Amino acid sequence: MTLELRHVTKSVDGVPHIFETDLLLEEGSFNVLLGTTLAGKTTLLQLMAGLDRPSSGEIWFRGSNVTGMAVQKRNVSMVYQQFINYPHLSVYENIASPLRVAKLGRAEIEKRVGAVSELLRLTPMLQRRPAELSGGQQQRTAIARALVKDSDLVLLDEPLANLDYKLREELRDELPRLFAGRRCIVVYATTEPTEALLFGGYTATLHEGRVTQFGPTGAIYRQPRDLLSAQVFSDPPLNVAQVIKNGPRIELSGGIGFALSGPAAGLPDGPYTWAIRAHHITPLQQAAGRATLDGRVLLAELTGSDSVIHFHLDGATWISQSHGVHPFDVGADAKLFVDVDRSFLFDADGRLVGGSE
Amino acid sequence: MRKRSLIPIVYILFLMLPIYWLVTMSFKTTNEILGGFSLFPQAFTLDNYIKIFTDSTWYSGYINSITYVVMNTVLSVSVALPAAYAFSRYRFLGDKHLFFWLLTNRMAPAAVFALPFLQLYSAVGLFDTHIAVALAHTLFNVPLAVWILEGFMSGVPKELDETAYVDGYSFPRFFVKIFIPTIAAGIGVACFFCFMFSWVEMLLAKTLTSVDAKPIVATMTRTASTSGYELGLLAAAGTLTIVPGAFVIYFVRNYIAKGFALGRV
Repeated sequence: MTLELRHVTKSVDGVPHIFETDLLLEEGSFNVLLGTTLAGKTTLLQLMAGLDRPSSGEIWFRGSNVTGMAVQKRNVSMVYQQFINYPHLSVYENIASPLRVAKLGRAEIEKRVGAVSELLRLTPMLQRRPAELSGGQQQRTAIARALVKDSDLVLLDEPLANLDYKLREELRDELPRLFAGRRCIVVYATTEPTEALLFGGYTATLHEGRVTQFGPTGAIYRQPRDLLSAQVFSDPPLNVAQVIKNGPRIELSGGIGFALSGPAAGLPDGPYTWAIRAHHITPLQQAAGRATLDGRVLLAELTGSDSVIHFHLDGATWISQSHGVHPFDVGADAKLFVDVDRSFLFDADGRLVGGSE
Repeated sequence: MRKRSLIPIVYILFLMLPIYWLVTMSFKTTNEILGGFSLFPQAFTLDNYIKIFTDSTWYSGYINSITYVVMNTVLSVSVALPAAYAFSRYRFLGDKHLFFWLLTNRMAPAAVFALPFLQLYSAVGLFDTHIAVALAHTLFNVPLAVWILEGFMSGVPKELDETAYVDGYSFPRFFVKIFIPTIAAGIGVACFFCFMFSWVEMLLAKTLTSVDAKPIVATMTRTASTSGYELGLLAAAGTLTIVPGAFVIYFVRNYIAKGFALGRV
């Protein structure tokens, strides 16, 4: 059981929303569509669901072409960012609705709704209306409805984006457990690289309607194929600089330079794009021999147990993220340490030529 | 606190005065009404109401009015439901122009349509029937209902439609089982306004009927001209005429507030 997108494109009024895309999703896999807003995640999900038809290309499911098949005939479920439930029905009826449409027996419906509401801890609220529930419970109702009918394909469109921090963490931990042992293909769209890393599985990075890379999440995080994929898969944003490679050294503008080691040092000399994720620049000298940067602090913020420092360096803004609380005053000079071995080098076309996480 | 509430109280009294006057008149005899100024009925009488409920020329006016008003409300709202759905969910050639054109139907005075309608309905043999008035009133009630319903429908995310399709609902089943209950408040408001406008409209209703479908508003005005001054009777008829509106508005008051919030009422 696989879902395959073959040369799929989608244009609306002549404006391309999805450029030619090929994807092969395996049975029982958890796939993350990672991209910023308007990258085409929702469009891609709608094409997969059959709510929308591709402008060209074909969608194959279980070895048959389902391109023109109505969504009602496909066995799919979908959960949206907004909490979509039927407002006039009780939670029980909301969860039971796909089963009622499928004309299942009363006993079977009761059994399945009971099991799934137990799993999502909705049992005490079954007789309430969705509007009487908290946001997290409303979204759990929507997820329960998606799970109750044993779909082949479960599509989750930023399901946690409208929840507050605490509920998001909670539901995020629950999600992989819900799908464990199921044969369905899960596609999860999100803007947050952290979520992709957390869920593992496979990730497709999307940028302006193109899938820039698709593969096992860990692999594409460590070895992004190109600059765009690396940028999509970095939060806080990737630090990027134009450099000239000269022997084992790369020279940034303003007289800053780093020594490369490993295979990257053997690349031919010339101009490259150099990039490093924020958490490889820290105010702590964790290991000897790290390259240093001297910058001026523009912004220092604490996100939970992490410190994020935006600093100014030769006309560009750089970002450092490090574990622990490191107070910096805005405007102060900061000394930061760069783990050059964990940086990427991209050629003029943006293709990764050296380096990895 | 007291000073502040004084102004609204005075204003409400001012608004209620004509209604109070109508109601007291309906309990007076015509002689007392013509006789002089009195705040309360001096000789309290129910004769006016008894006359209306027993004389068929009077009560049939109410029956006729209610018949075509209900017909019109059902007709307008059931036509407007699919139209409003199309306007809220689809983009098609000229959709915005069509939506605006619908509204312009409300801008022409009914008198403009009175003559063509009279000629048309007479020609097809519908003159003096309830359905004639009901159809004539759809002219301004359908656009109104479409406009109100479109507002409520656009407030429902299209993801609800998609969720229903994903769950396996066909379009007709989704529309009846999921969508209509979801916008029940909007349908209530639309029904209320159709009811109201059809109930108070006089010119078309009067022009298109003579005996069999004569509305109460026509009966009221005709009596004033033929059998001298029966002011008490007229006041009673007037009081009874505002009752259905007040009754209906009581039930939809919460929904109307919602409609105001959507900017559609």
